[in-house]
Amino acid sequence: MSTTKIKKTAEDFGVKKVFLESGLEVDPLYTAKDIENSDKYEMPGEYPFTRGIHPTMYRNKPFTIRQYAGFASPEETNERFHFLIKNGQSGLNVAFDLPTQCGLDSDDPRAFGEVGRVGMSIDTLHDFEIAFKNIDLDKITVSLTINGTAIILIAMYIAMAEKAGYDISKLRGTAQNDILKEFIGRGTWIFPVDRSVKLVVDTIEYCAHHVPKYSPVSVCGYHIRESGANPIQEMAYAFCIAKAYTDGALSRGISIDDFASRLSFNFDIYGNLFEQIAKFRGGRRLWAKIIREEYGAKKDSSCWLRMIAGGGGGGLTKEQPENNIVRSAYYALISALSGTQTMALCSYDEAYTIPTEHSAEISLRTMQIMIHEMGICDTVDPLGGSYYVEALTDRFEEEIKKEMKTVEKWNGIVNAVATGKIQESVSKQAYEREMGIQSGNIPKVGVNIFKTDEETKDVEFHPYNQHAADTQVEKLRKIKSSRNNEKVKTCLEQIKIDAKADKNLMPSIISAVKEYCTVGEIVNTLKEVYGEFKEPIFFDNA
Amino acid sequence: MKILLAKPGLDGHDVGVKVLAHALKDAGFEVVYSGLRKTIEEIVEMAIMNNVDIIGLSILSGTHLVLAQRMKEVLNERKLNIPWFVGGNIPAKDVDKLLKTGAHQAFATGSKIEEVVNYFNSLKVKA
Repeated sequence: MSTTKIKKTAEDFGVKKVFLESGLEVDPLYTAKDIENSDKYEMPGEYPFTRGIHPTMYRNKPFTIRQYAGFASPEETNERFHFLIKNGQSGLNVAFDLPTQCGLDSDDPRAFGEVGRVGMSIDTLHDFEIAFKNIDLDKITVSLTINGTAIILIAMYIAMAEKAGYDISKLRGTAQNDILKEFIGRGTWIFPVDRSVKLVVDTIEYCAHHVPKYSPVSVCGYHIRESGANPIQEMAYAFCIAKAYTDGALSRGISIDDFASRLSFNFDIYGNLFEQIAKFRGGRRLWAKIIREEYGAKKDSSCWLRMIAGGGGGGLTKEQPENNIVRSAYYALISALSGTQTMALCSYDEAYTIPTEHSAEISLRTMQIMIHEMGICDTVDPLGGSYYVEALTDRFEEEIKKEMKTVEKWNGIVNAVATGKIQESVSKQAYEREMGIQSGNIPKVGVNIFKTDEETKDVEFHPYNQHAADTQVEKLRKIKSSRNNEKVKTCLEQIKIDAKADKNLMPSIISAVKEYCTVGEIVNTLKEVYGEFKEPIFFDNA
Repeated sequence: MKILLAKPGLDGHDVGVKVLAHALKDAGFEVVYSGLRKTIEEIVEMAIMNNVDIIGLSILSGTHLVLAQRMKEVLNERKLNIPWFVGGNIPAKDVDKLLKTGAHQAFATGSKIEEVVNYFNSLKVKA
């Protein structure tokens, strides 16, 4: 090798400096020298899985396409299930309305105007029984997008299956059930942070013993990034959260190899293409090392970073909305080049209106064009060996690790969230980013550069269905008068006793939902023992 | 001038309201933030306790008309004359309705931070 210094940096070339959103500076040129210390012989499907968790990834089976959908009532959800099964589909994401997510019954005054607005409304097991009427649970996998009240809804899912005569040891399905990220973004927390984590761990422990095929947690970096975290923090905070749940599971005597492979992740994509790809490749390698080196997992599948990664709403604009079709296609490309397991894209018009069937179809076609026309599935990890991508991958592994150390300095993720430390830093970043866009320092096509005179598009909402909300409240009234209220009282009392004794609450909650205790009643019972989370406020004027 | 920024209802979208809180603080205003999921009654109580000059409601879930109506009622019941404004995911066609309900100002989707800060500066001049 020549001893003369090769030109490499922005200064060397006399060009402007470039920094990624994460704050890392990138050089105008990368060469073999930059990856001298990297493992050039690592194979996909082999530990530490930088190049993907399977040897050939998509050649036999492309990533799963899973688009989100919300339906107001259990009745509509049931219709949709039947439609999907008839059309050969096997999975559905179920969205819930805000009262269900926050632990309020439909007849609670605070639920007024919100019942069924953003998803299905659930008060009691009766609603679940309607939603899943005549559905073969062996044939369909159900994903519950629920967090604050996840333990109750998972209990309802299990109770429904048990009552219908299924063998729950074979029951499949997933729940989001990532409460720690709710404190950072999305906001459907109820109980204090440590009690909230305890409830997540209860579901993990119960499922490990009784419903081993169920995936009880999906850790969401997605919402953390949408709240203002940069790509390094997105991965670092998600890993800290996943470790908190893992530690909880281990403390209950579950082995790492029984738990880790049931854990999955949900990540965000927008911004610099290479930065995102390096984030996923570096993150995947780091997670594998954490699970093997720190936790001593023996099985390779325990070390896999399994993820859903799709287009983030944060990158899309209301201005020149058709540009979002192009942005989403790039996000899809990033996701595929990063070796995702599942992909979902936002509709181009989602920033201002109810996505039409047409816009939803464009999202679907975007992914299909990539799969069938672009050769994206032919060869595994096509960017592997790129000087730039490999160097940046190494850098991301290092930086994510460093950021995780910062969380340790804040006395761990539970404390960092309880004190508002993380919320404060991400909200400050969201502010800086927004100011950067509004001042033009962060270029955004159609927003601060290449603007055109266009008619301002108005935002639109689904009209609120007051009749459906009234029907739900009426249904609840009937259930409350027809159930065995003595048993309801005993069940709620048992939950309280178990909560005070710090026992796993799944058994008593499953018993309670079988007697048609409501989501609100169970939440209120737990509030009596646990209290509520007090949101840290950090806009002091001192 | 002291501003209460509040999140009424169950909507958990708080990125925007926190961005605005930072911006108003940087522009020299005193800002009090309510935190998530407050009832209108709790928000009005908080406004009195903190002796604020104006209340801002951040609503992104589409429930702005229902909540604005409630705001009007609670202020009337308590015979209070605190000015209030609404921001968030507000369709332009609803701005007039909100003003008619009694909002001093309503910022539709797409409003720039600068506009909002300028609005407060103009109030400051009047005060």
